[in-house]
Amino acid sequence: MANILEMRNITKEFPGVKALDNVNFQVKKGEIHCLVGENGAGKSTLMKVLSGVYPIGDYSGDIVFEDEIQKFSNISDSEKKGIAIIYQELALIPDLSVYENIFMGHEIHKKGLISWNATRAEASKMLEKVKVKNVHPATKIIDLGVGVQQLVEIAKALSKDVKLLILDEPTAALNEDDSENLLELLKDLKEQGITSIMISHKLKEVIAVADTVTVLRDGKTICSLSADKGEVNERDIIKYMVGREINDIFPKRLEKNIGEVQLEVRDWSAFDRKLGRHVVKQADFKVRKGEIVGLAGLMGAGRTEFAHSIFGNSRNYMITGEMFIKGKQVKFTQPKQAINNGLAYVSEDRKGNGLILMQDIKQNITVANLKAISNGIVVNKGSEIQIAEKYRESMNIKTPSIEQKVNNLSGGNQQKVALAKWLFVEPNILILDEPTRGIDVGAKYEIYTIMNELVAQGLSVIMISSELPEVLGMSDRVYVMAEGRLTGELDITEASQEKIMEMATV
Amino acid sequence: MLNNITQAIKENIRDYGMYIALALIMLIFTQLTDGLFLTPRVLSDLIDMTGYIAVLSVGVTLVIIIRHIDLSIGYVCGFLGAVAAILTSTYGLPIWLVIIITLLSGAIIIGGWTGTLVANLKVPAFVATLAAMTIFRGMLIRVTNSATIFTANDNFNAIGNGYIPDIANVEGLHVLTMVIGVVGLIMFTAMAIASRRKQQSYNLHVPMLPAFIAKLVVIYVVVMFFIWKLASFKGLSWTAIIVAIVVLIYSFIMNNTTIGRHIYAVGGNPEAAELSGISVKFVTYLVFASMGLMAGLSGILFTARLQSATPTAGMGFELDAIAGAFVGGTATTGGIGKVTGSIIGALVMMSLTKGMDLMNVGVSYQYIIRGLVLVAAVVFDVKTRNMHSKKA
Repeated sequence: MANILEMRNITKEFPGVKALDNVNFQVKKGEIHCLVGENGAGKSTLMKVLSGVYPIGDYSGDIVFEDEIQKFSNISDSEKKGIAIIYQELALIPDLSVYENIFMGHEIHKKGLISWNATRAEASKMLEKVKVKNVHPATKIIDLGVGVQQLVEIAKALSKDVKLLILDEPTAALNEDDSENLLELLKDLKEQGITSIMISHKLKEVIAVADTVTVLRDGKTICSLSADKGEVNERDIIKYMVGREINDIFPKRLEKNIGEVQLEVRDWSAFDRKLGRHVVKQADFKVRKGEIVGLAGLMGAGRTEFAHSIFGNSRNYMITGEMFIKGKQVKFTQPKQAINNGLAYVSEDRKGNGLILMQDIKQNITVANLKAISNGIVVNKGSEIQIAEKYRESMNIKTPSIEQKVNNLSGGNQQKVALAKWLFVEPNILILDEPTRGIDVGAKYEIYTIMNELVAQGLSVIMISSELPEVLGMSDRVYVMAEGRLTGELDITEASQEKIMEMATV
Repeated sequence: MLNNITQAIKENIRDYGMYIALALIMLIFTQLTDGLFLTPRVLSDLIDMTGYIAVLSVGVTLVIIIRHIDLSIGYVCGFLGAVAAILTSTYGLPIWLVIIITLLSGAIIIGGWTGTLVANLKVPAFVATLAAMTIFRGMLIRVTNSATIFTANDNFNAIGNGYIPDIANVEGLHVLTMVIGVVGLIMFTAMAIASRRKQQSYNLHVPMLPAFIAKLVVIYVVVMFFIWKLASFKGLSWTAIIVAIVVLIYSFIMNNTTIGRHIYAVGGNPEAAELSGISVKFVTYLVFASMGLMAGLSGILFTARLQSATPTAGMGFELDAIAGAFVGGTATTGGIGKVTGSIIGALVMMSLTKGMDLMNVGVSYQYIIRGLVLVAAVVFDVKTRNMHSKKA
């Protein structure tokens, strides 16, 4: 088959960094092409070059699309040629309807007046194409689940006569069912002649759908693997991605020493005033000293909400139920009290509410515990630097300086900074919300190792995770959550992916 | 090498942009007024008229850092100035008491009103302070009864007009002013060296030694030039001393204290700050209370300078104060800003006014030009910020 896209010798530099170094990338017409690589390998940058986010002149090299050299100066140029890109962060407008969103920017109109009837009819057709059933086109985006929103994004792309569809981590926020739907849809679209490029960290999915896999590492093309030739398998992909073989994904814990209950909640419910419904319902939950408790469940099951409700209730839920720390009943109205009682919460959303991106590493590490490096009023900048250096070393944060802005770090290193910030609080109970989301294999291993060290020191860890292998590989005990309820509790010896999924889909 | 220099300029342009702007404006006006702009009398007057805007700029910088705005500061300043005038002339209260009452009322009015609306009721600060702006405009007219209130107390008026006493006058130079200038520079040098040593001891990046020395020399020359100019007139004014103290205190708070860190954290990412155990509400109240304090101080400086409170006092001050903060490098999106920058920014705005006054530029053009400068400052902010984010 002919190539629909060829990117030749693409080089893109940012001040101080070569993000893409002579990258060559070919996509055959009508295939599903997966682009994999560790964080910071240059996948997203490459796609931004392709879609015109970085205009011509901002990079060197040639983009050949449908046998023509293309010179895109913005996204609408590339869209006109039939290239559509769907980002991790969806570009839908929450308060508008599905049909308005699908035709946003290319409205069906007669002399400037929008033909709403035609729009609605077309939108229904598009929804059918992406296999969305039971959703009325007039529904507002905000009322849809993330999975359906993702499909609406694709419908939007299809409505523009797309030839090449680029998806950046499309399943990162989806549960297993929705992910599967999406992958099925990609295969369907392939039948209809649409070429797709998918960036993904989830290798199982890559293996399931890819015709070709291209691996990028440190801004360079490492190899292109073809499924037809049987070259696509997890082991090889990982090997090429990290440049070394990883045998143990989860580090072993040398000795388990599980003690008394550190934190317990009974009959715990949280009512979200904005949504007007309960996000946590009658949960009974406990975690012991030296124990890693996994909290599994699908997206939207209420796990993050549960974490927020026990961590000082910063989202201002209406809470009923009792909470005990080391057997003593407590009640928190702000995160500060939770922190003072030995809790720490590493957010799932590093950029949104975890880190202060415009500040440097040392300020981020110390912000939650300034009293430890001050006399109550004046901050001792010397000890701040020492603390930051200590964590940089012990957590292997890769950065030229602790005065680097967190914004300039890769996802894995940002996560380490977030973790360091909470370790500096010296908590007894550490809540990790999706601790390895969006970070590469090497950094994952390091974070798992740190978790093991922490429980060995007697901390209690609550790990919220959507990745079942991680839940099974790291936990001592697993809770499963579905629709705000804790639907199951499993000892690790009896837990399996199937059992957890069963409880998660109650 | 050349690349390194342009790179360095690009990275630091945000920090030095306002100094360059100030130098340019001063040079241009000196040229256009045949040197009149840099005469001791004009400079001394410029510093006094910058005083009441500068303290507002300091206050509003903190407000902008925590992602809010305060449009009411002009009329609150006018209102509090009138309150101070009435307390001094009508009730004859001692000055120290007048100052305390005025400053506290400022802190309570803005901290209480805007703080409650913004922090507790989640009203956008733009709306809350727009309302406060017209409310205090009305209050100002009420308390002054639409008439000018003169402040007859010389000590009070000295705050805005007076100069520090001298210990000896040598060849027409104000000696105490020279002494303060020299002592100040020596202390500054000592602190700069100590801080540099400390950073080096932690292996942090410090500028090359020649660059460090060059920077110090430039500062010596500039500061001593102005000190000498002032000393050959009547010396440092009380206003200059007050503003300097305010800047020192605020800079220290913002750079070295936990509360300063909390303010920057709330501005940088309020949700992350809250989850880090910082009370965003408390910080919001505190910052607006400090804004009120500065508005009170500004009111006192302005009333003392005019030796009277007028029903239109404070009109448009918010524009110069906010523009000063933006010119001084405060980010429009919050989280970034320096008190020292805002002082320079305020000086830029007032230099424009003073320069145009000297050239007899009509007041209509003055408004237009100040508006354009505000826009230019924000464009500069947005452009230089993009430069940084592109790097990521």
